[in-house]
Amino acid sequence: MKRQLILISVLVSASVVTSVSASEEESFGKWVMSISRTKEVKAVNNELYAEECGACHYAYPPGLLPIQSWEKLLDAKALEDHFGENAELDEADLASLQKYVYANSAEKSYYKRARKITRSISEGEAPLRITEVKYIKRKHHELTEEMVKGNKDVSSLSNCNACHTQAEKGIFDDDTVNIPNFGEWDD
Amino acid sequence: MLRKIASTLIIFFLIPQWVYAESAAKELQSLYATQGADAYSAKTGGSKWKREVASKNGDNRSCSTCHTADLRQSGKHIKTKKVIQPMAFSVNKDRYTKTKKIEKWLKRNCKWTWGRECTAQEKGDFLEYLLAQ
Ligand code: HEC
Ligand code: HEC
Ligand code: HEC
Repeated sequence: MKRQLILISVLVSASVVTSVSASEEESFGKWVMSISRTKEVKAVNNELYAEECGACHYAYPPGLLPIQSWEKLLDAKALEDHFGENAELDEADLASLQKYVYANSAEKSYYKRARKITRSISEGEAPLRITEVKYIKRKHHELTEEMVKGNKDVSSLSNCNACHTQAEKGIFDDDTVNIPNFGEWDD
Repeated sequence: MLRKIASTLIIFFLIPQWVYAESAAKELQSLYATQGADAYSAKTGGSKWKREVASKNGDNRSCSTCHTADLRQSGKHIKTKKVIQPMAFSVNKDRYTKTKKIEKWLKRNCKWTWGRECTAQEKGDFLEYLLAQ
C-alpha cells in the first residue's frame, strides 16, 4: 500500500519538476533572445501554424508579409487553390490561424526586417508572395540562376531555409547564409 | 482502490504510442464501413497507390509522386522539395496518430492526385496498405 503511494507521488512530482524547469528555461531563452531579436523577424511561435503551414514548405513567419497579403492568402476559397495545391482547412483551424497571423503581420511588428518589409510595400499593394516584396527582391538581386532555380537543392527562392540556416528562428542575416553547392556567403 | 489507481497509472505510462496510432486508423476504417466500404485490402491499396492519373496540367500523378513507391524511404514534395518523412508505419510510428490529420490529408491528396475525393472504400484500402508496410 505504502509503496504504491510513494510510486504515485514520485510520478506526480517528476512531472511537476520537469514542467517547472521547462518554463524556467523558456523564460531564460526569451531573455537571451530579446537582446538580438528586434533585429530580425519574430520566429513562428504557434504550434498549429507550424504544423499546418509548415507541412509542405518552411513555415513563413507572419512578419514577412503585411496583413492585406495574409488576408488574401488565408481565405477559405483561396486555400483550395493555394499556388496550385489544395491547402484547405476546417473553419475552426482557419479562424485560429487568421487570429495568430493577423496579430503578427509585418506592419504590426517592431522587428527590424518586418518594418523594412512594410516600408517597401506601397499602399494598396498586397503581394501574394514574400519573394515579390521589393525589400526581399532587392536583397537577392545578386543571386544567379544557377544558385537558385538551377540548383537542385534549392530550386526556388521561396525555399528560404535551403540557404538561410537559421530561418526557423526568424534569422536571415547574411552571415548565416549557406547556399547548397556554393557554400557560405560573404560579401 | 489505491492499488487500482497505481496500476492504471503505470499501464498508462507503459502504453506505447503506436497503440494510439493503430486505433486512429482503425477508427476511421470503422467509420468508412458505415459509409458503404466493404472488407479492406492492402493489395488493392498498394496498386492504387501507384496508379497514375493524368492531371489537367498534363503531368501524370500518383501517391508516389511525393511519397515515393518505397514507403520506407523519405519522400519529397514535388513542388516545394520539402522532405516528407517515410509513410511506412513500421519505420515511422509517428504516423496515423490523429484521425483529423489522416482525413485532412486524404482529402487534399486525393483531390490533388486524382482530381477528386476518394471513396470510403479507397481510403480504407489505402490505410490497410499503409499500416501493413
Ligand atoms: C498542400 C501543400 C501546402 C500547404 C498545406 C501550404 N502551402 Fe503555402 N505553398 C505551397 C506551394 C506549392 C507554394 C508555392 C511554392 C513555390 O512556388 O515554390 C506555396 C507558397 C506559399 C507562399 C509564398 C511563398 C513565396 O514567397 O514564394 C506563402 C506566403 C505560403 N505558401 C503560405 C502558406 C500558409 C500561411 C499556409 C498555411 C495556411 C500554407 N502556405 C500551407 C504549398 C502549401
Ligand atoms: C538561394 C539561396 C537563398 C534563398 C532560397 C533565400 N535567400 Fe535570402 N539571402 C540569400 C543571400 C545570399 C543573401 C545575402 C545577399 C547579400 O548580402 O547581398 C540573402 C539575404 C536575405 C535577407 C537580408 C539579410 C541581411 O543581412 O541584410 C533577407 C531578409 C532574406 N534574405 C530573406 C529571405 C527569405 C524570406 C527567403 C524566402 C522567401 C529567402 N531569403 C530565400 C540567399 C537566399
Ligand atoms: C503533392 C504531394 C503529395 C502527394 C501527391 C500525395 N501526398 Fe500524402 N501527404 C503529403 C504531405 C505534404 C503530407 C503531410 C506531411 C507529413 O505528414 O509528413 C501528406 C500526408 C499524408 C497522409 C497523413 C499521414 C499521417 O501521418 O497521418 C496520408 C494518409 C497521405 N498523405 C496519403 C496520400 C495518398 C493516399 C496519396 C495519393 C492519393 C497521397 N498522399 C499523395 C503530400 C502528398
